Amino acid sequence: MAYFLQQLINGLTLGSIYGLIAIGYTMVYGIIGMINFAHGEIYMIGAFISIIAFLVLGLAGISYVPLALALVLLTTMLFTAIYGWAVERVAYRPLRGSPRLAPLISAIGTSIFLQNYVQILQGARAKPMPPLVQGGFTVFESGGFAVRLSYLQLLIMLTTLVLMAGFTALIAATSLGRAQRACEQDMQMAALLGIDVDRVISTTFVMGAALAAVAGLMVTLYYGVVDFFIGFLAGVKAFTAAVLGGIGSLPGAVLGGVLIGLIEAFWSGYFSVEYKDVSVFVVLILVLVLRPTGLLGRPELEKV
Amino acid sequence: MTAASGLAVEGPERSASEWVSYLKDAILAALVAALLGLPLIGLQTYDIGGGALGIRTRFDWVAIIAAAVFAGRLALRLPQRLRHRREWSRETAFTRLAAWARRRMLPITLAGIALAVALPFLPFSSRYLIDLGTTVLIYVMLGWGLNVVVGLAGLLDLGYVAFYAVGAYTFALLARDLGFTFWEALPFSGLVAASFGVILGFPVLRLRGDYLAIVTLGFGEIIRIVLLNWSPVTGGPNGISDIPRPSFLGLPFARSAPEGVTTFHQFFGLEFSPDQRVIFIYFVILTLALVTNLFTLRLRRLPIGRAWEALREDEVACRALGINPTNVKLSAFGIGAMLGGLAGCFFATRQGFISPESFAFTESATILAIVVLGGMGSQMGVVLAAILLVTLPEFGRAFAEFRMLIFGAAMVAIMVWRPRGLLAHREPSLRLGARPSST
Repeated sequence: MAYFLQQLINGLTLGSIYGLIAIGYTMVYGIIGMINFAHGEIYMIGAFISIIAFLVLGLAGISYVPLALALVLLTTMLFTAIYGWAVERVAYRPLRGSPRLAPLISAIGTSIFLQNYVQILQGARAKPMPPLVQGGFTVFESGGFAVRLSYLQLLIMLTTLVLMAGFTALIAATSLGRAQRACEQDMQMAALLGIDVDRVISTTFVMGAALAAVAGLMVTLYYGVVDFFIGFLAGVKAFTAAVLGGIGSLPGAVLGGVLIGLIEAFWSGYFSVEYKDVSVFVVLILVLVLRPTGLLGRPELEKV
Repeated sequence: MTAASGLAVEGPERSASEWVSYLKDAILAALVAALLGLPLIGLQTYDIGGGALGIRTRFDWVAIIAAAVFAGRLALRLPQRLRHRREWSRETAFTRLAAWARRRMLPITLAGIALAVALPFLPFSSRYLIDLGTTVLIYVMLGWGLNVVVGLAGLLDLGYVAFYAVGAYTFALLARDLGFTFWEALPFSGLVAASFGVILGFPVLRLRGDYLAIVTLGFGEIIRIVLLNWSPVTGGPNGISDIPRPSFLGLPFARSAPEGVTTFHQFFGLEFSPDQRVIFIYFVILTLALVTNLFTLRLRRLPIGRAWEALREDEVACRALGINPTNVKLSAFGIGAMLGGLAGCFFATRQGFISPESFAFTESATILAIVVLGGMGSQMGVVLAAILLVTLPEFGRAFAEFRMLIFGAAMVAIMVWRPRGLLAHREPSLRLGARPSST
């Protein structure tokens, strides 16, 4: 029981991080209908920028943890968002309206480029990060096995919930959100009605990248180690989460992320760590076969 | 974009304001580049021992790159101006080249094959060149195989390397455990890979486009993870070594043969040279690739090939006309997988050693890039793209660490420049009446 609870907490934490990345996938896919393959790398870049920001703050002598966290969060989101914007501008915008496969290849190229870019600039070795947020409390104890919920895990889950709620409200209630939903339905019509479609798409990429940056920061804090290759697998899993939750739905993305995190945690906890990634891919295939619209997605009609 | 503004511009005073806008644009681009570079280029982390990190600055690099972006952005705009004046663009030049290539298909093909056959005997050819040629041909064959799935049937497959791996491991296991030779194992590699293709095909039949891509990617990763972790059979990360080399009609390529076996050079009364095997392997893959090409070209003219192309264009219409999409898609997956498996079998015998490392996602991406860069459905485009993508990193060997960086950037650049591929050719093989507007 205690072991189960501990895996539950670990899974929820991991899932929250996946959920944050998945929001970026789901928003971009919702609007322009393409898998932003480079999104995983954006998350990786976010993680690197957060480490660098921590180091710079350390040099500047800021040691009050909440202040340091807030500053790092802001700088990481800002710089990663610029990366998201630049990727869209350079690799996707020129390809709008070209055959379906072209942006996908361009996205894969971007992904390869960014991975090697970071590897060359920051080195191939994993970067360590000393634990910053320490401590926690015992939720439950039985038979000498204490179930711990650390402050960091709590922070990660709460941040995800707050961001999810905030962005859902943003899409539901602001004029920007309305423009996004309009573009999602019919880009040409939206353009005719005076919506700057390019700008809306750019904003979507910027928002997705900012959320991926938060995920990158969280993963840096949580695992305490980052390397240039983390983006690929996290990206695939987050996309799986987005599909599982239903493409286009923000709460769905987080729900999907949490489910993927739980599956991964329980699989590693009860079966084998080696095959934990296989479990995720099997879930992906099953979901797509049995329920292609995802849990919270709308069914899509096939137009003739 | 300012492409439209270039059309209307006449006279010096408009020209001046245009220059200002170019400058502004270039300054903005440089600013963005500086901001992008600031955290990752300008600041570098390094180990200072004891699991801690130090940081050092490289702001001079950021300045250089920002300046380069400024100049590059400005330079990019100049031909855009000229283009509208002179009615000339690289786009049309390359389109003309592609059209010319299509008209002169037969002579170009024959010349290409003649060159490929003569390559090992040309005065300037070396062992390195033949090895490179072999690698190019492996990718050409893989590209032609994937072209069946992606180019003809329109099914986006991001896990093609899985079938390549299945073919390679089938041969390696048959050779290790049952003593099969290359030629005996070749059909089995194809068959096993084809059945994997059908197995994968079944669950994903209903999926479209990007969903299919991500599922096939997942499938490719599953295969790789299983190969990596199923150590008793696959050898895990160590892979399988000592895979037998191919023989020429039973004559092995060796300096000295065991009892009762005649080697190649003894049989033909030649001086022994290790190059003989390299050249032979080159011809094996050349034959395999050409057979693949002939096979797919013939398939295109059969009802099944027509059905693939019809399905690619419009699935609903196909269904209405009585084509069974299940069978059509499965056959495309199966045949594509079989060709990948054959290439994998060859890869195993050529390397003599395989491990899961050779079958990572990057390989799938490279093969797909070859198909798409070449121009979907174009056989000649695949050759062109394979030569480009395989030799491009070779040129970069001098600065090896930048290879993949350039590779990724080149993929983006070529797609932006020619979104339909270098030799775009997506016309149906059979058409009634006038040409409809293509997608």
